[in-house]
Amino acid sequence: MYPGDFYYTKDHEWVQIKGQEAVVGITDFAQKQLGDVVFVQLPEVGAKLEAHQSIGAIESVKAVSDVFSPLAGEVTAANQELADNPEIVNQDPHGKGWIMRLKPADLKAVESLMKAAEYEKHLEGLDKET
Amino acid sequence: MNRTRFYDLHKKHGAKMIEFFGWEMPVEYRGVIDEHLAVRRRAGLFDVSHMGEIQVDGPQALAFLQILTPNDVARLEPGKVQYTALTTPEGTFVDDMLIYCLKPDAYLLVVNASNTDKDYRWAAGRAASYDVRVENASDAYSQLALQGPAAERILQPLADIPVAAMKPFSFAEGRVAGLGCLVSRTGYTGEDGFEIYTRQPDSTPLWETLMDGGAADGLEPIGLGARDTLRLEAKLMLYGNDIDETTTVLEADLKWIVKFKKGDFLGRDVLMKQEETGLKRKIAGFELLERGIARPHYPVFSGGDKVAEVCSGTFSPLLKKSIGLAYLPLELTAVGTEFEVAIRNHRARARVVPTPFYKRPAA
Repeated sequence: MYPGDFYYTKDHEWVQIKGQEAVVGITDFAQKQLGDVVFVQLPEVGAKLEAHQSIGAIESVKAVSDVFSPLAGEVTAANQELADNPEIVNQDPHGKGWIMRLKPADLKAVESLMKAAEYEKHLEGLDKET
Repeated sequence: MNRTRFYDLHKKHGAKMIEFFGWEMPVEYRGVIDEHLAVRRRAGLFDVSHMGEIQVDGPQALAFLQILTPNDVARLEPGKVQYTALTTPEGTFVDDMLIYCLKPDAYLLVVNASNTDKDYRWAAGRAASYDVRVENASDAYSQLALQGPAAERILQPLADIPVAAMKPFSFAEGRVAGLGCLVSRTGYTGEDGFEIYTRQPDSTPLWETLMDGGAADGLEPIGLGARDTLRLEAKLMLYGNDIDETTTVLEADLKWIVKFKKGDFLGRDVLMKQEETGLKRKIAGFELLERGIARPHYPVFSGGDKVAEVCSGTFSPLLKKSIGLAYLPLELTAVGTEFEVAIRNHRARARVVPTPFYKRPAA
């Protein structure tokens, strides 16, 4: 379910390192929690982000959720496809539903995030709470 | 937490369950947008067994209900349904509800799940000086709503009642799927459709038979998520969002349920006065002119001042834009008037539009 080469946050973002860049999106768990996504607010290309800084909001019919940057760095691309077709986030959260690409200030910082197995364990914990 | 008799069937259909005023209810199955469009285009089946049913019987049932409600209960006859409210002495809402006239001296009040206990206490607490019996019968009832353009076609072969001949806001008793039921041509979606009540303890065959019978017409189970978007497009009020004990019936633009000529009722004086002196604010429908969704409690600004809060607000799956309701100062309620809704740290432009947002095409 959760790709083994991704990193994950407690807020349900994922990070995939591609060369010197990080691709960021929200996890399958997050999109399921939200339900039908109808708007995705995207970050500006060139914006310099702190780790945990809000990069915008994802709105579903039912709820609105902030998306946080998992890493510090500079935004190099935003997925403009999502402006017209926000449902891609539901259809392919770990692929075509990516939200932004980032040039991390420190690539090694990604090691502090969760690996797939840890994230799945984190989700099991959440399941027990609800 | 309360569960309806259909709980296991919801799980079987893959529903996501939420807590709704003490009830564990399905919020969505396939997704709010798909479900919403299924009801507009084909048909949907809703479990609304959490709704409350209060029975009022006795020689003075009519006189008693005339005092508790602003609409004219005397206009009802057996087999007819009326939309009305339980009003406070201030002309505000204890609840909104449907009254079913079962017999000349027997009525059934169908009220919001969130208010059932309050409504029962409200009515029972005022019954002493009348020859009436007030009973909270909610636990005995299951209720399903079958809504959408295909509803009649789906229901007719499963019912021994001539449902095709039923007029809106009428009802009949008979059998559906072999179970004793009360069927009314009412609903909370803006579509044609039926609400089906049964007191049979094992009511699950009702759901299963309707789902099987509707399969060819694309009938789908619908959760509370789409119930909310459907009712808002049709500008049907939601207690707690759009109406409550702080909003009067006239401010809620429900003058058509206020019948001053019928005589006294709770809140009549206040509403008469409000009618004479004019309203200061009134509920109005708006659409957002920018991206984003105006949600409940978001502040509404005009000329830099906060003038209101959004009461209901959502994404309209049919119109594909953000729609909502707010109690606006009267001078802002004209169609076309623009104002702003604060969405997080942005003020998004909004415009008053005619309501309902959606009106079903004439058959």
